[in-house]
Amino acid sequence: MNEFAGSQHVIEFIYLIASALFILSLKWMSSPATARHGILAGEIGMVLAIAGTLLHHGIVDYKWIAVGLVLGSGIGIPLGMVHMTAVPQRTALSHAFGALCVTLVGTAEFYLRTPNVPKFMMSVLSMEVILGGLTFTGSLMAAGKLQEILPQRPITYKGQNLVNFLLFGVAVGSAIYLVLHPEAKQLFPLVVGVSLVFGILLVIPIGGADMPTVISLLNGYAGLSAAAMGFVLQNKLLIIAGALDGSSGLILSVIMSKAMNRSFSNVLFGAFGQVQVAAAGGQEARPVHSATAEEAAAILAAANKVVIVPGYGMAVAQAQHKVRELYDILSKKGVDVRFAIHPVAGRMPGHMNVLLAEADIPYDRLIEMDEINGDFPQTDVALVIGANDVTNPAARTDTSSPIYGMPILDVDKAHTVMVIKRSMSPGFAGIDNPLYYLDNTLMLFGDAKQFVGAIVRELGGH
Amino acid sequence: MNSNLIDDLFIFMLACFIGFEVIRHVSPLLHTPLMSLTNALDAIAVVGAIVLVGERKSEFATVLGVIAIVAATSNVVGGFFITDRMLKMFKSSRPSK
Repeated sequence: MNEFAGSQHVIEFIYLIASALFILSLKWMSSPATARHGILAGEIGMVLAIAGTLLHHGIVDYKWIAVGLVLGSGIGIPLGMVHMTAVPQRTALSHAFGALCVTLVGTAEFYLRTPNVPKFMMSVLSMEVILGGLTFTGSLMAAGKLQEILPQRPITYKGQNLVNFLLFGVAVGSAIYLVLHPEAKQLFPLVVGVSLVFGILLVIPIGGADMPTVISLLNGYAGLSAAAMGFVLQNKLLIIAGALDGSSGLILSVIMSKAMNRSFSNVLFGAFGQVQVAAAGGQEARPVHSATAEEAAAILAAANKVVIVPGYGMAVAQAQHKVRELYDILSKKGVDVRFAIHPVAGRMPGHMNVLLAEADIPYDRLIEMDEINGDFPQTDVALVIGANDVTNPAARTDTSSPIYGMPILDVDKAHTVMVIKRSMSPGFAGIDNPLYYLDNTLMLFGDAKQFVGAIVRELGGH
Repeated sequence: MNSNLIDDLFIFMLACFIGFEVIRHVSPLLHTPLMSLTNALDAIAVVGAIVLVGERKSEFATVLGVIAIVAATSNVVGGFFITDRMLKMFKSSRPSK
């Protein structure tokens, strides 16, 4: 017995060190210069914690643990090697895996302990499986939408919010009944099942442009469910890791919804589906100015200051490497080229930064919205590549616009605006963009990758 | 409610505050790697699954536990791997010392 107690203390001590390493790991993420130390700290913490857990005295069989670890690593390696443009769906998928683990462990723990589950324990166990269940299916749906296996458009129907509320009510209600009457174990599958269905229905009405918020929110839920699991297992390391992940996800979702000028509930019980209907009217053909690659190249070459505004369209066209060539050739000609990054550009927080970093563009050239917006009036050319709603001046001026009040990049204040776009079709949210009809705007019609390539050729690159 | 649970609530509360403070200072530049890193750290849930499988209390629990280990381990390995790949790509234009 003494020996066992000893090993338990060793494990607790190892968990203590791992907790500190996890916190340091996130702390070092504050700057790109130290971020890679952060990963190392996280990895050491993780290896220590897993190794320590294997010392646990109750473990009698290592065979299946080994099988699980080996299989999991086999799946994890290809998931770590995906292309950078696939990072949003990979992230959603990993939220689903994390939540799956939590839900399964919670379910197993319930059946091992029932009917002797104290009230507090049953409450956190319910939270664990409800949050875990909805995060699992919700994240799978998000991943499917991002991978374009599922339709990206929001799917809405009448009474959707009512159905969702009712389902959530059933899950929480059954869980409360279980807390008060632990012997009613036949209710447990209902709690899990309804949470799984709720997760699907929660993400169905959410469209591509809202993905950054939703992915962050699911990240937060995954963290909170892991923390709840920590309470069930009385594992402090798990509580701490879950709390860190949960707060990270929640902070990111607040940042994302602020950047879209929308409340949490607005994103979750999304009004974007109706937005399309409202914006469909008033489609008279207004004249636009368009330009060729040759003309665009001449204007860029004559500029002193150029700001490039990338959006999801750049990711879809895989244009980031051509954009780097443009950056190189303009920089060589003495043009000051910077990139303006809107917080919700792309499909997840920080998506554009990763793509541009992948193309070897130095990160100190990537400027956040609040920092660069004051510079647009002194900017000769703002080149918009595959971004739409985040540049829509209607958000500043038109109170009837569905995106009114959303913070945008003030590209229209630049001397010349160039917009690379496939056609005049409206963006993802289906909202017309008055930017395109301004006198200082030139439309460059074509595929982002090909058009940027053509400009590079005109400028004398290869 | 016993004192262990109260202790755990204190730890949870403090960890949330630390989380908010630490994450607030993460540059928006790194929000994508931040998310993949927290995801990997969150997969520490694997320790719960390991104990569950190792204790072999029931066939049912073991089966669920093995699936849980696979899911969480893939997040640990994949999460750290892709975060490192992403961070390697972030370079400054100023020459490093």
